[in-house]
Amino acid sequence: MTAFLSSIQRLRRIGPRSRKPEASRNTVRKEDWNATPSPITIAPDDPIVAYFLSMPGAIEIAKLHLDSPALRDLKSAGVTITIPLVSQGELVGLLNLGPRLSQQEYSTDDRRLLNTLATQAAPAVRVAQMVRQQRVEARERERIEQELRIARLIQQTLLPKELPSVQGWQFAAYYQPARAVGGDFYDFLYFDDGRLGIVIGDVTDKGVPAALVMATTRSILRTAAQAGDTPGIVLEQANNLLCPDIPPKMFVTCLYAILDPRTGRIHYANAGHDLPYQRHSEGASVLRATGMPLGLMPGMRYEEKETYLKEGDSVLFYSDGLIEAHNPARDMFGFPRLMTLMSDSADSVPLIERMLNELASFTGSDWEQEDDVTLVALQRKVAPENKATPSKLPEASDNTSNDGWHTLESFDLPSEPGNERQAMRKVGDALQHLDLSPKRIEQLKTAVAEATMNAMEHGNHYQTDLPVQIRVLASETCVAVRISDRGQNADIPDPQTPNLEAKLSELQTPRGWGLFLIKNLVDDMRVTTDQNHHIVELIISREGDSHASQNA
Amino acid sequence: MPARTLEAHIRHHQPRVTVIELHGEVNAFAEETLNTAYGEAEGQNPEVILLNFSDVDYINSTGIALIVSLLARARKSHRQLLSCGLSEHYVEIFNITRLADFMSVYPDETSALADAAKDTTH
Repeated sequence: MTAFLSSIQRLRRIGPRSRKPEASRNTVRKEDWNATPSPITIAPDDPIVAYFLSMPGAIEIAKLHLDSPALRDLKSAGVTITIPLVSQGELVGLLNLGPRLSQQEYSTDDRRLLNTLATQAAPAVRVAQMVRQQRVEARERERIEQELRIARLIQQTLLPKELPSVQGWQFAAYYQPARAVGGDFYDFLYFDDGRLGIVIGDVTDKGVPAALVMATTRSILRTAAQAGDTPGIVLEQANNLLCPDIPPKMFVTCLYAILDPRTGRIHYANAGHDLPYQRHSEGASVLRATGMPLGLMPGMRYEEKETYLKEGDSVLFYSDGLIEAHNPARDMFGFPRLMTLMSDSADSVPLIERMLNELASFTGSDWEQEDDVTLVALQRKVAPENKATPSKLPEASDNTSNDGWHTLESFDLPSEPGNERQAMRKVGDALQHLDLSPKRIEQLKTAVAEATMNAMEHGNHYQTDLPVQIRVLASETCVAVRISDRGQNADIPDPQTPNLEAKLSELQTPRGWGLFLIKNLVDDMRVTTDQNHHIVELIISREGDSHASQNA
Repeated sequence: MPARTLEAHIRHHQPRVTVIELHGEVNAFAEETLNTAYGEAEGQNPEVILLNFSDVDYINSTGIALIVSLLARARKSHRQLLSCGLSEHYVEIFNITRLADFMSVYPDETSALADAAKDTTH
């Protein structure tokens, strides 16, 4: 009704307050023309609208008897006669006149003249209204476009320019803003100790307000994460910092994870963001941790969880733009579809590419993207030399498995210094009937000794009541020794090649050889952990043992 | 199998060569014995110190670290540190750790001393 009311206001210039509409300009008092008339609002459901449309021509206001707010306004404004301006069946305005100066009734000629004027004026007024409306809409469109450009600029400036480059890991990210530009964001934080922070978030609302909150949240998270605190603490601090300044009714869902590339450990907390999925050899699982979105209320606590990625495992972080995408039948992409896609480990297409292919075929080519789509994927690469070894050893309770593994020996050792020698002897005894060369056995025994020492010292802290469990397994192609301690979720650093020159120059400690030796003495070392145990598996191949002849 | 404590016997074989004969295991328990023996050997101010591992059946990563420390001490005082009598497995360990790049490894004491005599006479 804006244009319509505007037209009414303009028409009021020759309306009631002037009291001399037909008079020449000179006879009208200046204050009448300068006075800003009060607009007469005619609601669309006012019965007078229907009356005006049904009664073309000049209408005497005094003779009308309708329960109409507009009619009351017209009467109180002193309007004597009104001529509806109707164009294409639409009331576009009124030509209002007060009483004649002569105090006489409007004559038939006057009415005819006014009707003719109204007939010609109505389409002109309509055109003027449309032009004006278009200008207003164009300005609005330009304002929105400008706002979108700013929002996009803010987002694109703040998103990472490069993906992390971490040995043994592969990262991928995809960000496609919707036309309206939501508040999706992701970020990578690099720590001096080699760990990597991964953030994915989504601000409610769209446009510049969302982009500004996104920028603020990103900065707050970066600041909060700087000290290297755990994900739950970082989210808690970020929430407390964000709460006082975030606009009402806005909040931020956000997941913060810290990856230790050496061990494959992902430690994470979640502020109401969509749950990531982990893909592994057994299928897929949801990485669940609870917490309120950021910015809703201060003092929130965030649950912390962790998972470990083995070689070949991957994790997908995503925003609701993926899950809530609709197809032409208005079905949602949804979580079950995502779970199915994540579980299909046979497909070798990279995760993000696969998601986008599936999204495209689901939504069809005419899809108008409703929300930002953000995907961040990471995968622990399979080391080439490990591909020949079996993917999984049997569980602790199995004596034989489908993979053909069988247990040669299983024993516990108290965590006392020097007990690694017992481990060496027992493992050596267990292997004596296999066709392994003495050299190969010595290599494995030394690796076992080192891993057992680590288990006793770092896992069980030399608590004698905490045993180190050792199990020797063999398959047709491999021998494996599994050493487990009670070091819950303890990290094992990546075996680095020691810098002997630095050690000899006393610039570094002379220690730090254990993991390096293990890595160089066995074909594969795998580290896994659960809530109760920390497990190291040492694997050597029985095939291609060039020293087998020495065994004769 | 009880851990064998390291014992070290020092012999001054040649005027400028001192032999430290090791018996037992080179591990965390060996630190004091090894350092004391080395200090004693150094007291004679020899040009060469030879570590004889013939009766050593176990060296672990802590033992490697102790040997690295001795090698660092030797380099600091411009002394030559040699080793002999290592089993094939520990020769491999010395190669993997690159200790063999900084201390010559001889199969036995005789060959080590012969070589040391050649070096010290020049």
